Amino acid sequence: MPDDRRVAVLGAGMHPWGKWGRHFVEYGVAAARDALGDAGLSWPDIQFVSGADTIRNGYPGFIAGATFAQALGWTGARVSSCYAACASGAVAIANARAQILAGLCDVALVVGADTTPKGFFAPVGGERRDDPDWLRFHLLGATNPTYFALYARRRMDRFGATDEDFAQVKVKNARHGLANPNARYRKEVTIDEVLASPVVADPLRLLEICATSDGGAALVLTSMEFARRHGAGEPLVTVSAVSTVTPRFPNTVIEMPNFSTDSAAAPGVPVGDTGFRPSITAAAYEEAGIGPEDVDLAEVYDLSAALELDWYEDIGLCGEGEAEKLLRDGATAIGGRVPVNPSGGLSCFGEAIPAQAIAQVCECVWQLRGRAAGRQVEGARVAVTANQGLFGHGSSVVVTR
Amino acid sequence: MAVTRTQVPAQEGWFTLDPVAPALLGTRCPECGTYAFPSATVFCANPACEATEFEPVPLSRTGRVWSYTDARYQPPRPYVPADPYEPFCIAAVELAAEKMVVMGQVVPGVSVDDLSVGDEVELVLDTLYCDDEHEYLVWKWRPLAPGRPA
Repeated sequence: MPDDRRVAVLGAGMHPWGKWGRHFVEYGVAAARDALGDAGLSWPDIQFVSGADTIRNGYPGFIAGATFAQALGWTGARVSSCYAACASGAVAIANARAQILAGLCDVALVVGADTTPKGFFAPVGGERRDDPDWLRFHLLGATNPTYFALYARRRMDRFGATDEDFAQVKVKNARHGLANPNARYRKEVTIDEVLASPVVADPLRLLEICATSDGGAALVLTSMEFARRHGAGEPLVTVSAVSTVTPRFPNTVIEMPNFSTDSAAAPGVPVGDTGFRPSITAAAYEEAGIGPEDVDLAEVYDLSAALELDWYEDIGLCGEGEAEKLLRDGATAIGGRVPVNPSGGLSCFGEAIPAQAIAQVCECVWQLRGRAAGRQVEGARVAVTANQGLFGHGSSVVVTR
Repeated sequence: MAVTRTQVPAQEGWFTLDPVAPALLGTRCPECGTYAFPSATVFCANPACEATEFEPVPLSRTGRVWSYTDARYQPPRPYVPADPYEPFCIAAVELAAEKMVVMGQVVPGVSVDDLSVGDEVELVLDTLYCDDEHEYLVWKWRPLAPGRPA
């Protein structure tokens, strides 16, 4: 791929994931300093700060880019802040990448961090009868796991997925995350333990649903020319594509927080399960000029263990209905053909919304550098992330070396 | 003395209050035929269509289960739970004519073991919650062939 489409990842950093209830800025600044140190740069070298917003921490969270810049000390750097739910980190990466590829800056810092309350995510307060998010809790009692469970049950019905398959995804990811110093949960589990955990939203059990976490992640992105001038160590890892696509009409798969899907009743529009997810990574592959057969590892958004199986198909690792076989064959475990979530995934991290898509890229960077101690995918050269921000923000990044 | 509460919709304008054959109220685009629930007001979801006015229509009262789950733990506010909390099922239901999927709670007394993808269900009105003066009604799905042999 020519240099005019790639940006270099000079630094990747994190604050470990956990549940401490400290201010989100603390986590973001720690991650930023970690990434700057990794890049061999200092804060005043940064020309553009791209923040991924959190909506649960008041004004500072709504303008996270400026909040992190303030915490690191004002330098006059250019700044952006963005919110795209779970895709916020990918949009923050896309903003920084666009600045670099446009030649408007050479060195950018991307930061996302969050502090989360206990229990189910709930909508913001008040009586908001024009907000589907408020209404789905009020009228249906539909939590986030409700939607994950609808996908899981549909998968069982259409493709014969079993409770044991979903539990096996959890077992695999728990094993992957054991040696990851940034993971919140580092404990091996057995299929029996997963199946013995309480059902939250049938068929999903507590250990199969991702927790909400505190955490922070950051990347230092630069132009290829800057990276060479700076003498970046080998192997130089680059971002080759960022997909931030919207769905195509009609999306006939129910999406959070909606009450209904699009209608496919207009003449000439396709019918059947025409969902959003498969288009997300397809656009990233096309931009990078690669296909799923080139992928050595993937970090996908396992909001539930069952959803990871959907992603296998959506990112093209296998055909529709073949994910269970891929899992059962061990292809997606470290040592298999194409390991998925070698970091341990959301299963081991829990979700820190604005940090999560950035954290996925951090893991890919460490894997491609050969520095993912205890969870290394040997010889990895191409990695892909996949994720979705609520009903309309695609999020996929191709990382290559 | 029994308390008399006035029945009111939990969300104004989203469904009819017909006691025999209630229906969700959506819209149909007069130009392209695309349905919407909740109702479309200023734009059509079809990118090939620029309509700005839509016909209010009752949606199909029956459909087939696209998928289903339940809520074993009490959802957070603004859900108003029964006291004590009673788990309930939620179904996403495919409407054949509208070619869309609509979510709803399933009537009390139905467990996930009573449901399967593809089951036929019909729309009914039921209590969402009550306060001192009002019974707030919402739409729910009721299986048309309950008690299917295991």
